[in-house]
Amino acid sequence: MSTLRTEEMTLNMGPQHPSTHGVLRFVVRADGEVMREAIPDVGYLHRSIEKIAEKVGYRGFMPYTDRVDYVCAMFTNQGWGMACEKLAGIEVPKRGEYCRVIAAEFNRIASHLLSVGAMAMDIGAMTPFAHVIREREMINDLIEELCGARLTFNYMRIGGVAWDLPPGWREKALKYLDHFDPILEEYNALISWNKIYVERLANVGVITPAEAINYNLVGPNLRACGIKWDIRKDIPYSVYPEFEFEVPVGNGQWGKLGDSMDRYVVRIREMAESSKILRQALQKIPPGAVLAKVVRNFKPPAGECQIRVESGRGDMGWYLVSDGTGYPWRVHVRTGSFAAMGIIQKLSAGLMIADLVTLIASLDVIAPEIDR
Amino acid sequence: MHTLIQNLIAWGVFGKNPPRDLVAAIVVFVMSLIVFLVVALPFGGIVTWVERRVWARIQSRVGPNRVGPQGFLQWLADGIKIICKEDIIPDEADSRLFKLAPYLVMLAFILPWAVMPFSSSLILADLNVGILYMTAVTALTVVGVLMAGWASNNKWSLIGGVRSAAQIVSYEIPAGLSIFPVVLMTGTLSMQGIIRGQGWAPQHWFLFANPFTFVAANILYMSSLAEANRTPFDLPEAESELVAGFATEYSGWRYACFSMAEWGNLFIVGAIITTLFLGGWQFPHVTNNVVAMNVLEVITFTVKVLFLVFVSMWIRATLPRVRIDQLTTACWKYFVPISFVNMIGTAVWVAIWPDGNVAIGYIMFAGAIVFGAVFIQRVIYYLRRSRMEVYLNPTI
Repeated sequence: MSTLRTEEMTLNMGPQHPSTHGVLRFVVRADGEVMREAIPDVGYLHRSIEKIAEKVGYRGFMPYTDRVDYVCAMFTNQGWGMACEKLAGIEVPKRGEYCRVIAAEFNRIASHLLSVGAMAMDIGAMTPFAHVIREREMINDLIEELCGARLTFNYMRIGGVAWDLPPGWREKALKYLDHFDPILEEYNALISWNKIYVERLANVGVITPAEAINYNLVGPNLRACGIKWDIRKDIPYSVYPEFEFEVPVGNGQWGKLGDSMDRYVVRIREMAESSKILRQALQKIPPGAVLAKVVRNFKPPAGECQIRVESGRGDMGWYLVSDGTGYPWRVHVRTGSFAAMGIIQKLSAGLMIADLVTLIASLDVIAPEIDR
Repeated sequence: MHTLIQNLIAWGVFGKNPPRDLVAAIVVFVMSLIVFLVVALPFGGIVTWVERRVWARIQSRVGPNRVGPQGFLQWLADGIKIICKEDIIPDEADSRLFKLAPYLVMLAFILPWAVMPFSSSLILADLNVGILYMTAVTALTVVGVLMAGWASNNKWSLIGGVRSAAQIVSYEIPAGLSIFPVVLMTGTLSMQGIIRGQGWAPQHWFLFANPFTFVAANILYMSSLAEANRTPFDLPEAESELVAGFATEYSGWRYACFSMAEWGNLFIVGAIITTLFLGGWQFPHVTNNVVAMNVLEVITFTVKVLFLVFVSMWIRATLPRVRIDQLTTACWKYFVPISFVNMIGTAVWVAIWPDGNVAIGYIMFAGAIVFGAVFIQRVIYYLRRSRMEVYLNPTI
């Protein structure tokens, strides 16, 4: 009697697949519905952005930074600006810093909205996605009024921001925040505490704190494992020390600590915190110039610097080496999504195929940020 | 149908003393064509438009509103477009099975209309095993879906097909067991017999006949959603996981067959529930005119069915999808045991009160009204709370 033979199935997921959030590819080895392993294959969206910086110069590179992470482009703008400023020793005017923080925090809300909405859609609920897009549109309208663009902003400059807040914008922004806080509750009532939704997310893709540190996770993914590490608090930059806000961490309330539900809830709570920061910033914003005087032919002295920004996907590092000419000698961006991709292979063993989609969504992986 | 034919002959539509068999054949043929071409097929199309509009409202969008009044002809435009598409059959596919599969699914959608009780005399065939026939032919879907998944020679399709098989076969059991309480109470399997066992008033419906039938109705509705591959049980075509599941490789008319059957099955699901638990076409006897009475009955039946169709759209717009292990757990660990309890409970109930207990009917109906009132009150509460200029646009 021969025993029944079963075969492993090798599935190719992506690069064209509805829930890979761009062009990701996974090689999935599956035993029926249960995955043995999912091997991420990155590089489909590589555009040599770091090399472009060496050819277009310091100021010309600013629009390219938008393309590093087009879901939260303000942070990449800010990171590049801060790196250049640190190297050249430029002091950004106070109002300029406030403008940066306001734009960036609005962008963080927009990015997290998209993340939680896409997560709901990956799990099969369509309505939450439409609702978050509605809210994100309004933020896009606000930012459009600020800088003329809705996706790739190119708002910041070396030494500040390109334009001051337009007249009446502050009141509109505050009005939007008054509208947004109840919307967050409504969204939670709509989907977050839904029984099916919680069952799908809890205990899926559990990351222990030690694993999170070993795999270099950053941002909400790290904080969901219970580690309180936020660049805005721990290595303060810009004017963040002037604001009061909490750093939400995961608590394993729905399942194990560091599961997908924790990552999801951390993002929801971060939006509320961003809203707090925005209210304070919009109240406290001082008058003055928004852009420091920077020479037209910007040439920082030879040297190197490293900048860390807390973007929507976590700790974003900008490493810049200058040789004293008008073009950077080397630029490197360290992004959160790339680190998050690394842990997928480890977490995927034993999960269902449906859970892989949940896992990718809960890590909030953005394809252009992985490959640059 | 018998009464209809007899009436037609009595009214002299076919002249004096026509051959009864021939007349019966002609009437059944014409009625089948009408049911199929005027009701069944357009319903599968129109309901896609309705669903898109309902979804759009729930998602604070507008939805298709360009083709025809309120976008009503959108389904025709989509249908014409999809028929004009090339019918691609992949080289590596098992082409015979691949071609056959959509027609099996379509067949499973068309056959149940034979026993669809639109009114007291409008039913193509009042089989004495009507409800059994209904469940039997709707289960044919699984053959088509599994065939499509296998013949596509695509791993995503295969997973979709196997998921569908696991799902439909599992959920047949609680669905079948939930029909038993009604059969126990009426002692017949005929659709018309079951409807005649109920009254027009809600307290005489089997939904409120006793607590067990109420639970059975809910289990039957959920199981039917699972069999019709609807959210939250739409795993076979989970688009965020399996692209389009078993239908991934299909295009053109064959794809249209799948989607039409899928949406059309909503009507069948609604019709089964309406017949078994919601009093079917029962309408108070207001006139002696047979034609007027039949029209009223058809309207009653259709409204009840469309309400259930709307509920399933609502569910689809609200709920996320369950995972395959949760799906089977829900079926085998909860639905099947509860269905057995329902069956035994109803049997005991019938033994105690062979003619039913109207007091319980009134109490349960009152409970349902209270529940509905609380629900509406909650909805109004949430609407009030989110009245904060929902459509506020800061730039305007």
